[in-house]
Amino acid sequence: MEKILIPLHDNDVAPRFDLATDVLVVSVTRETSVMGKIHERVVVLDDTSGEAMYRLIMSEDVRTVICAGMEKEIFDFLRRKGLDVIDDVCGPADAVLESYLMGKLGPGQNLY
Amino acid sequence: MPFSDISPLLRSLTRPEGLAALLDVLPIGVAVMNKDGVLQAVNKKYELLTGVVGRNVLGMRCLHALRCDFCMNDCPVMTAWKASRPRTVEANIVNRSREKIFVHLTLAPLIDEKGAIRGVIEAIQPRSDNALDQVPVHAYGLGELIGRSPQVRKIFAMTPSIAQTDSPVLITGETGTGKDMLAEEIHNESDRDGPFIKVNCGALPEDLLESEFFGHAKNAFPGADMPKPGRLRMAHGGTLFITEVADLPLHLQTKLLAYMDDHVVYPVGSTRGARTDVRIMAASNHGLEDLVRQKLFRQDLLFRLNVIRLNLPPLRERGDDIRLLQDHFLKIFQARFNKKVEGFSKNVDTLLKSYTFPGNIRELRNLIEYAVSFCDSGIVSMRHLPGYMLQGSGMPDRLVSAPAQGQQAGGAVGSTPPERWEDVQRKMILEALVKTGGKKQQAADLLGWGRSTLWRKMKHFGIE
Repeated sequence: MEKILIPLHDNDVAPRFDLATDVLVVSVTRETSVMGKIHERVVVLDDTSGEAMYRLIMSEDVRTVICAGMEKEIFDFLRRKGLDVIDDVCGPADAVLESYLMGKLGPGQNLY
Repeated sequence: MPFSDISPLLRSLTRPEGLAALLDVLPIGVAVMNKDGVLQAVNKKYELLTGVVGRNVLGMRCLHALRCDFCMNDCPVMTAWKASRPRTVEANIVNRSREKIFVHLTLAPLIDEKGAIRGVIEAIQPRSDNALDQVPVHAYGLGELIGRSPQVRKIFAMTPSIAQTDSPVLITGETGTGKDMLAEEIHNESDRDGPFIKVNCGALPEDLLESEFFGHAKNAFPGADMPKPGRLRMAHGGTLFITEVADLPLHLQTKLLAYMDDHVVYPVGSTRGARTDVRIMAASNHGLEDLVRQKLFRQDLLFRLNVIRLNLPPLRERGDDIRLLQDHFLKIFQARFNKKVEGFSKNVDTLLKSYTFPGNIRELRNLIEYAVSFCDSGIVSMRHLPGYMLQGSGMPDRLVSAPAQGQQAGGAVGSTPPERWEDVQRKMILEALVKTGGKKQQAADLLGWGRSTLWRKMKHFGIE
């Protein structure tokens, strides 16, 4: 099972990783390369910070982070911890998730 | 804003090309958006500050382009704007290079003749009141290393490609030149996911070094109650940085050489090897070639380490970098100690420029930390410098006291200074005595010396 984290601002990817209060945590169980089960959950954080987000990543055992703006320090830290980070992504969260699951999402993509 | 008859200009400015020309010459980032915050135009400075490509963000809501903390709080564009007055706030943005930039953000509504908001003008200007925000961490350098002299810029330019290889790196340079920081920066720039492990060969007893490097098996020697992995295994997937490599005993040099050949670690007391993937970097402030000639360092290990060699120049050979680093550390420490220190007096500037800096950047940093913490006026003057500089210990024999016009860009001490250090001291004492009306205690306080030191120096210089 793969877990993906997307910080939210309404229904869009939040402009800033460290300032999002709502976070979409998606669990994906792939049965074949094109089929699988998806379970989505929105977590509301009490405080907004890179640290709070990292605690959530650790507790949820997230492996992939999809976000828009992220500071270099946090980006490097997450990469060193072995996480996949796709940053500088803009668009509605559903479209972004779909694009990721189809293997088409890359850093810097704008899906508006 | 007062206007004369500008109707011919207005015709030009109402055309997109005219408006774009006007916006693009502005030194601040400007975005024009409709009342819902959808971007209609951005100028070149806005593109530069945020890192966006203008045409790609048109039609997007401003918060997704700007990535500002204010957008997520109480931005009037995101909520219903009632006051209809311009608003300036201090905010921060994260640009496309993942840098956080502190800015002054101004939002001004565009109001039509009926008083309704038709759009919003957004202006962003990098903030300059917080000294730490301005510390040029990335401006001229690599991570925390800064410099613009040709020698260090060459190293900074080479580092990204060095980081992408797994070849051993040997960093040489005098003490305090930043060898450790450079090694860590190369590791951080690389794709290696493992840790950066540092071993200081000079700081560990010779008996423990082998076990520190290669680990040991249980009961390998008296007291080895538990097996120990050793730094080479701890650094698996990362980098092992061996500092003061010249202090590594000869028998361990052989063992390290063997490891570099097959990448297998044999712990002390064990015959079972463990394969690891570790990049070796080493540093030394001794001439390793000389040690090879004296048979204190293995030539084959030097050849093995010497695949990529970086030599960090001493500070005294880095020319204007002294001034750059001076200002850099001044900003850091005035922010840390919450003190407003404008700069350095002419004498201090001259002294620092002429000083040999045997401790290099580390010495300069400590010196400025000392000066800022003791500075009670807006300018760092001679009396705020550490005593050893004023007493002459570690000082160059001769010192420039006037602005160094004839001095070479290299900042070498050997240039022809017009005045001796003694003369500068004599002048300082006389100036202090004049300022205090001949009162020795006050003059000593002004100079930051004890009364007896002043008396002794006055006697030495024949001042009565």
